[in-house]
Amino acid sequence: MIEFILHTGDVIATTVFDVLPIAAILFFFQAVFIKKKPPNMKRILIGFIYVLLGLSLFLVGLEEALFPLGKTMAQQLTNPEFLDIAKGAPVHWQDYMWVYLFAAAIGFSTTLAEPSLIAIAIKAQEISGGSLKAFELRVVVALGVAFGVSIGAYRIVTGTPLPYYIMAGYALVIMQTFKASKPIIPLAYDSGGVTTSTVTVPVVAALGLGLASNIPGRSPLLDGFGLIAFASVFPIVAVLGYDMLTTWLKARNINNEKDDR
Amino acid sequence: MNKAIWGFVKLLGSAFRDLIPIILVIAFFQLAVLQQPFPNLSGVFVGLVCVVLGLALFVQGLEMGLFPLGEAMADAMARKGSLVGLLLFAFMLGFGTTVAEPALIAIAAEAGSIAGQAGAIEDTAESRASYASGLRMTVAISVGASLVLGVFRILKGWPIHYFIIGGYILVTIITMFAPDEIIGIAYDSGGVTTSTITVPLVTALGVGLSAVIKGRNPMLDGFGLIAFASLMPMIFVMIFGMLA
Repeated sequence: MIEFILHTGDVIATTVFDVLPIAAILFFFQAVFIKKKPPNMKRILIGFIYVLLGLSLFLVGLEEALFPLGKTMAQQLTNPEFLDIAKGAPVHWQDYMWVYLFAAAIGFSTTLAEPSLIAIAIKAQEISGGSLKAFELRVVVALGVAFGVSIGAYRIVTGTPLPYYIMAGYALVIMQTFKASKPIIPLAYDSGGVTTSTVTVPVVAALGLGLASNIPGRSPLLDGFGLIAFASVFPIVAVLGYDMLTTWLKARNINNEKDDR
Repeated sequence: MNKAIWGFVKLLGSAFRDLIPIILVIAFFQLAVLQQPFPNLSGVFVGLVCVVLGLALFVQGLEMGLFPLGEAMADAMARKGSLVGLLLFAFMLGFGTTVAEPALIAIAAEAGSIAGQAGAIEDTAESRASYASGLRMTVAISVGASLVLGVFRILKGWPIHYFIIGGYILVTIITMFAPDEIIGIAYDSGGVTTSTITVPLVTALGVGLSAVIKGRNPMLDGFGLIAFASLMPMIFVMIFGMLA
């Protein structure tokens, strides 16, 4: 218990230290350029303390409860013995079904708890006047990450070049950009950048490293990277796709109503 | 006060709801697929309580502190009308938050040892460290530069997709010339630059700016800063890999 409290203190100290440069910049610009206190200064400071405390607790909890399990799991699932693959047998991508499933499940569930994504989603709901639901957006983004990480695991298994996949993702995003409704586009682009931080990166990175070190012919240094990139492109595809789908469904409903009359 | 407590209980509830999928996934794979018992169950439980509490506090703090502060600063900067001050602020925010980012420090160190093994640089501790710190500076500068570009876009009201599509094309072209060992790191570096505290501040900055400036729509113009900050580092890191 004492150890746990000490560890929590450590994490709080690290978080505060990480935030110091941001706080210094904010303070500098406040003092030199703006020279006027923002309204509700006290409330803002309390909010800042909540954020620091919240993030620290969040990290401690993850390190205590989820990361060790998630990481061992990633290693065990990629272990040839578990997958029933004979030593030295050629690599068949079909042998790794559990890995793809785990990649998708863990990608989805960690993204849903990602604090940066929560922040963006809250803002989007607020600005859109509630027509865009925060939770809905997060589920769609998480589905995109699930798909992305799963494909990324497939890429490591097959050892196919990373750029091809990412370029294909880009091509898809570009085509969708011209079809999707305008207001969703910037938000969709942003959602690619916020999916991979505190929660997702450690577990997903462990999965990539586990795969790359267990599969013959893959180097953990060269092939272990790239999963994060998948988790940043496919959410964009998912959000744009979701928008296209809802627009299409709405249009169809209106048409149906016309026909009924 | 009662209302505040009730609000927090609701936050706790939604934080718990956000964690249910992780719990289910981990439990399913542990018990049904790997068929192993849960190690250290009480530790896991304490950890989960911390995560739920932490997430709820974070969201509460976002709405009380980070969002209002970001928006108040964007508002004040825009009203001052100092373009240089605003762009400098954007650059500092991007640079300052990225250079100390733990995920980036870890990735840069890893990249140093890869470059050493691949023979791109001398394989000594010293040259690996200088490669790593060079990479870190490159990423931090690129995030700063992308926020400057992003804020400038908001001021001008240019549509975002030209920039992003242009960026994708640039990434594609540079990928063809970049050394193989840097590509994976470059692609990943885009995702790790935007930390949990930066995102709310940067979002509030964009939204705040587009709310003050006449003719800008927060939905169309306010978002997109994060997208710039995750695309630009990819380009910069590959160029760094080519030059180093």
